[in-house]
Amino acid sequence: MLLIECPWCGERDESEFSYAGEAHIARPLETEKLSDEEWANYLFLRKNIKGLHREQWNHAAGCRRYFNVERNTVSYKISGSYKIGEQGPVGDDT
Amino acid sequence: MSKYSIFSLARNAMSFHQNWEKVWRSPEPKKQYDVIIVGGGGHGLATAYYLAKEHGIKNIAVLEKGWIGGGNTGRNTTIVRSNYLWDESAHLYEKAMKLWEGLSQDLNYNVMFSQRGVYNLGHNLQDMRDIERRVNANRLNGIDGYVVGPEEIKRAIPALNVDAGCRYPVLGASFQPRAGVARHDAVAWGFARGADQHGVDIIQNCEVTAIRQENGEVTGVETSKGTILAKKVGVVVAGHCSVLADMAGFRMPIESHPLQALVSEPIKPVLDTVVMSNAVHGYVSQSDKGDLVIGAGIDSYTGYGQRGSFSGIEHTVAAIIEMFPIFSRVRMNRQWGGIVDTTPDACPIIGNTPVKGLYFNCGWGTGGFKATPGSGWVFAHNIATGAPHELNAAFGLDRFTSGFLIDEHGAAGVAH
Repeated sequence: MLLIECPWCGERDESEFSYAGEAHIARPLETEKLSDEEWANYLFLRKNIKGLHREQWNHAAGCRRYFNVERNTVSYKISGSYKIGEQGPVGDDT
Repeated sequence: MSKYSIFSLARNAMSFHQNWEKVWRSPEPKKQYDVIIVGGGGHGLATAYYLAKEHGIKNIAVLEKGWIGGGNTGRNTTIVRSNYLWDESAHLYEKAMKLWEGLSQDLNYNVMFSQRGVYNLGHNLQDMRDIERRVNANRLNGIDGYVVGPEEIKRAIPALNVDAGCRYPVLGASFQPRAGVARHDAVAWGFARGADQHGVDIIQNCEVTAIRQENGEVTGVETSKGTILAKKVGVVVAGHCSVLADMAGFRMPIESHPLQALVSEPIKPVLDTVVMSNAVHGYVSQSDKGDLVIGAGIDSYTGYGQRGSFSGIEHTVAAIIEMFPIFSRVRMNRQWGGIVDTTPDACPIIGNTPVKGLYFNCGWGTGGFKATPGSGWVFAHNIATGAPHELNAAFGLDRFTSGFLIDEHGAAGVAH
């Protein structure tokens, strides 16, 4: 069971949260100028990292706000949480 | 290699079964092959088998980083069916179903394919509309199936709770009689034996660490057992396909998630078919040993850990108890997880890649086992000819650019 720290509410059980995918994917600004490849890249292609992964979570059964988590996708160890727009921690890859 | 038969059984009984020959060799890798298959699961071994048998390419290596069938092939809940909604996937899975029906004879290896039928339950009006639509689509594609009501379901599965007063009442189901289960390990071993008989080298404990390329063409792979050269490389590594794609220098529309399953202690025969439900999110069958084989949905987050979350177990068991209250006192024996490679449209990616001579077969997500022979069949064609088989032409990587997605979330959903 993951223990996830919400930046607003503190540490809570994973069942209070919903996962919202890879973090730091910015929506392209001039969408009318995008090629099909650029759209595919934005919509579908993912890093799917084996190791340290920056991802979005939503505290669905709490404050209902989104935030980012850095987590190792092999050990599932969480190295830190940070608010949307912040740089976040640089975790050790263990 | 001798053929398995009643006579070979009798002959070996004379020597107290001490002299059965090895089912496949364990050769050291050669310097060069015509084709390298990365991944020794069911799909990879089936690819090698059909490449050798149907396309006459015998100089093949199957590289497996662990042991064959030790990944998702040995971790699934063994359900086989072909009742998919859209034409593209229905044809692909039905090809697999037709191969399943003759597979034990073809391989001379008992894969214990048991066509005991699969029920997909509907619990509300929209479920039933979706089920009727899917069954009609299946029948138009020549796939068996019909819609059954609660009374018929109760007659077929007495242990199922169809009480109208329960939280998720059973309003009906789709039933595919030709669907069923197969023995997952036997599928890997049977294809390995068949491929080995055709001269394919199966190399276990050999991890691929890099993909060699020159001028946009693949030239071989670096492995933990040294460099192995080949002009054609087929990658069939399920949960790790993003890692292999990264080695080759491109990205995939794939996210790897943990999916877990569990089996109970063996009990007397209670369930002689397969029951699945998308709405309560669980599926169950009973193995020949008597254990209930239970599975459900993926963990929401990505992961390569080959283990599932505790909350996942809770959801799974809750769904099974909702359908079968009498299972509430059955103790669970084992629980495990695998890594499934999910795509945005719940359909596989089979075909060419940006690198010439490099082919990928992945993205089967939660439901790859049922497709094992069909997947190998089309992928072997793709590798041998360099162009997709008509059955996998729609499943190329380019569909994420063209927008021609095949949305199978309804039929793939929870039902693996």
